[in-house]
Amino acid sequence: MATIELRKVEKKFGDLHAVKPMDLTIHDGEFVVLLGPSGCGKTTTLRMISGLETVTSGQIFIDGRDVTWAHPSDRNIAFVFQFFALYPHMTVWQNIAFPLQSEGQARANIEKRVQEVARVLRIEHLLHLRPKALSGGDKQRVALARALVRRPAAFLMDEPIGALDADARETMRAEIKRLHLAQNATTVYVTHDQIEAMAMGDRVVVMSEAVVQQIGTPAEVYYKPANLFVARFIGSPGMNLVRGHYADGIVYLPGDNRYQVPASWRPALQEALGGQGEVILGFRPEAGRLSSEGALAAQVYASDLHGAYTMLHLSLNDELIHIRTERSQGYHPIGVVVRFDILSDMVRFFDPRTEKAIRRVGSGSPAEEVG
Amino acid sequence: MASVELRRITKRFKAVTALNGVSFDVKEGEFFVLLGPTGAGKTTTLRVIAGLERPDQGEVLFDGEPVNHLSPSERDVAFVFEQYSLYPSMSVYDNLAFPLRSPLRRMPEPEIRRRVQETAEKLRISHLLQRTTAHLSGGEMQRVSLGRALVRDPRIFLMDEPLSNLDAKLREALRVELKHLQKTEGSTTLFVTHDQIEALTMGDRIGVLSRGHIIQIGTPEDIYDRPATTFVAQLVGTPRINLVEAHREDDTLYISDSPVRLPLPPGRDVPPTLLVGVRPEDVRIHAEGEFLAEIALTEPLGVETILHLRAGKQTLLSIVPGMTDLRVKDQVRFSILRERLHYFRPDGTRITG
Amino acid sequence: MGGVKATGIFFRGTTTSIRVDKTGIRARIGVAVRAVLAVAIAVIVLIPVVWMGLTAFKKHADAVAVPPKVFFTPRLLDSWVFLFTDRLVLSKPMLAQYPPECTQSWQVCLKSCPEVSRWYECVALENGQLVTGPSKYLERLRNSLIIAGCSTFLAVLLGLLAGYAFSRFEIPGKDDLLFFILSTRMLPAVVVTIPIFLMYRRLGLHDTHFGMILLYTVFNLSLSVWLFRGFIDEIPREYEEAALVDGYTRLEAFRKIVLPNAMTGIAATTVFCLIFAWNEYAFALMLTSEKARTLPPFIPSMIGRGVVEWEAIAAGSLVFLIPVVIVTFALRQYLLRGVTFGAIRQ
Repeated sequence: MATIELRKVEKKFGDLHAVKPMDLTIHDGEFVVLLGPSGCGKTTTLRMISGLETVTSGQIFIDGRDVTWAHPSDRNIAFVFQFFALYPHMTVWQNIAFPLQSEGQARANIEKRVQEVARVLRIEHLLHLRPKALSGGDKQRVALARALVRRPAAFLMDEPIGALDADARETMRAEIKRLHLAQNATTVYVTHDQIEAMAMGDRVVVMSEAVVQQIGTPAEVYYKPANLFVARFIGSPGMNLVRGHYADGIVYLPGDNRYQVPASWRPALQEALGGQGEVILGFRPEAGRLSSEGALAAQVYASDLHGAYTMLHLSLNDELIHIRTERSQGYHPIGVVVRFDILSDMVRFFDPRTEKAIRRVGSGSPAEEVG
Repeated sequence: MASVELRRITKRFKAVTALNGVSFDVKEGEFFVLLGPTGAGKTTTLRVIAGLERPDQGEVLFDGEPVNHLSPSERDVAFVFEQYSLYPSMSVYDNLAFPLRSPLRRMPEPEIRRRVQETAEKLRISHLLQRTTAHLSGGEMQRVSLGRALVRDPRIFLMDEPLSNLDAKLREALRVELKHLQKTEGSTTLFVTHDQIEALTMGDRIGVLSRGHIIQIGTPEDIYDRPATTFVAQLVGTPRINLVEAHREDDTLYISDSPVRLPLPPGRDVPPTLLVGVRPEDVRIHAEGEFLAEIALTEPLGVETILHLRAGKQTLLSIVPGMTDLRVKDQVRFSILRERLHYFRPDGTRITG
Repeated sequence: MGGVKATGIFFRGTTTSIRVDKTGIRARIGVAVRAVLAVAIAVIVLIPVVWMGLTAFKKHADAVAVPPKVFFTPRLLDSWVFLFTDRLVLSKPMLAQYPPECTQSWQVCLKSCPEVSRWYECVALENGQLVTGPSKYLERLRNSLIIAGCSTFLAVLLGLLAGYAFSRFEIPGKDDLLFFILSTRMLPAVVVTIPIFLMYRRLGLHDTHFGMILLYTVFNLSLSVWLFRGFIDEIPREYEEAALVDGYTRLEAFRKIVLPNAMTGIAATTVFCLIFAWNEYAFALMLTSEKARTLPPFIPSMIGRGVVEWEAIAAGSLVFLIPVVIVTFALRQYLLRGVTFGAIRQ
């Protein structure tokens, strides 16, 4: 297992900037997720690490070795694709053995390794079958086995469970994470699904439009998003972001709403906005509490059952906000006005001009601001 | 808007029976979701209703009138396809106008323009009208496909997994919009998907389809709280419901391969072996919990954390709100909420009280 | 560092950038060697065509010279006159009857020789020949154009409709029918020339335009149906189904949606069918004689009359090339996509 380092790595296709210069250090045994919407540059970054894509400028180091211009087969990495990329004319056993055969290993050794890996991924009973006969989840297990059998320095995975059914995705998510814990393998994982990123990653690299927005643990990107994009992208649905006007400790929100800013935030807002100005107030759906004496009011736009809880969608003039409520809290028809409060330790503020988060003054360890 | 009824529709493709005696109805103005895994027959059902496939047996009725003999254009339905619904060489405006320009309608151009602009505004794509479809993002393309259906004002909307090819975030946003649009327009909509979140959040009623058979029809609450079979129970709800084997001895239920014991539920005829379903939110971790378990895996999602609890040889999923300090290999105590348990016979059918 | 743009002079619109897999010196030498090899093969393949082009502009002596003459003074008109006219070789005494200005150079002849009225007669005279009338070449060219053109058009039209049906409809015995259609391509055409010859004789189709067009259409149909089925399979059904649901009839949907998207298929199939019909030799030889004879059997027959006029044959072959080149050039935009069965994907 190995460390991976990217120094000012950049990729341009002609004039198109696919990845702007980025720095990233992945530690030995770490599971790092590159997360972002389609076209943000995450897959291109992964492909540059693997060597399937050339680098426009910058350097890539694997375990201290400069591999920027090395051929993919020289980098000692294993790549897992979204659509499995299994050889259809070979059996599962042959598929898994293939990388070892190309390395020229002895037959007995190959047999042993393939059995070992098949046992870890629980596909021993499939070894004689062809990919055509397998379910999506099993196919991905075979692809993982093929990667695992090489004992590479790092695993690179490109949306490996995106093509699977919802329940297969859940199962494979847990399996990949379990595999990672057992093998302690350095892994770089690309996905557009932030639930996957949060569930699996030791650290998440949030990207948008070729730029890295934030690098942090799941707790950090969830509770301390660095900017509007991260706040919106992480969480389903993302953070509620409402534009308002700040003056004298009160944020004036659309719909005649007045939000009393908690005392601990006043100094930071004072400094960032110079006393008064436009500000964006953010809070996550679970931070909203319906209450008949609630300080804020909005009109019901839609409400839907998510199984264990209900999501209430409210409109504040033209903007939509979402509040997570218990199912027992009753049914709210469209058009009705409801009142709610925001939990004071879960409110966040952003500067609309820079789109960056406003940090509380004197914030200590990250643990303080969590939750 | 019309109501739709299917009576015992059967459709075969060579050796495969895609639909087997499928019957259900969609009330006028209702948002009905047909939920099922890939290959269940959902798309075939929609195509039969649209007239793109002829059923081997059974009837399709609109407002009580049989329409089996009508061609697709005569049925006046709007179909939103999963993909390939936009014509690549035409502008967005022309794509939206295309249905209105059919010879069947003979609509004058000024009227066409008015309708197109009205629809574009409802879907917030007015600024895209002059672009060609090749230069649109996934979400914009899907809005235009919805627009093509909307612009026609048909009797019923048929939607075949329209959101499945979109990014997770886009899907969330479009889900809410689509539901709001349907409620305010009052359009009869039949929506097909394999995504249970879409079904739960959007449907007025849900029909669960598997291998050409309707398994259960009900409101989202019915389907989630009272699943008729283990298949339905496992289909809806994230994370998945915990389904474990149990056997009855005297007045106690013993969950196989684990230390978990539960009292026999009153008023139910429980067979000697059965399956017990408990949703992760009903597996509660607390210091005075009845049973002991070891944490096998943690999945922090931000708003909540999924914990994989290993009790004996069984793994049960549990949810705790927010972030937790619990780590893999920690020992915890947990309880199970009795009132919310589901009991199933070994063949998968629900044991009702 | 890694990109090489390939821009064709004749093919605009598609530029490919080659991602260099290995970037070391060894890899780059490998690429260079392969490029040189490709160019060499292309040159070797083109040599006969180039030679033919050169020969079309040689005077007779140069054309038959041994060893072959690569460098020569071109004569722009001689071979063309030989190609398009029938001539009589004048004996020495007959030649002597013409005044000297008529027989030396054709430019002088044109200006100052009153007996010879046409410029081509002058050219013939310069070579010691008398023009007796037009050659059959133009007639044969006309036959080729008509027969190949009509049969290609019909094969494409019928193939399009049949391919569409095979692609979209549930036809009983579809797989068997398709196999039958394909099987006609499995036998060498020569095997059936005799039965067809006898049939045509009986039916009075021997040496008729109609007979040849019919035959070529049928032969091309198998290829055409299979190609179109493949192309139309690539067009998503949802496009037409959306139109059907929106109120269009199938024919309208076909016209407005399938046709525009099938243009690459139509272009590719047209070129393939045209090439076959244009170059077809065996049937043309057996089933035509005077009225409907096409160029492929005619050009070699020019060989058998005394002195072989290679320069005329070269000129004739050059003219023979041109129509297909024109059609292919005109359709090149579609062909680039069509040959690889380009898919319409969103």
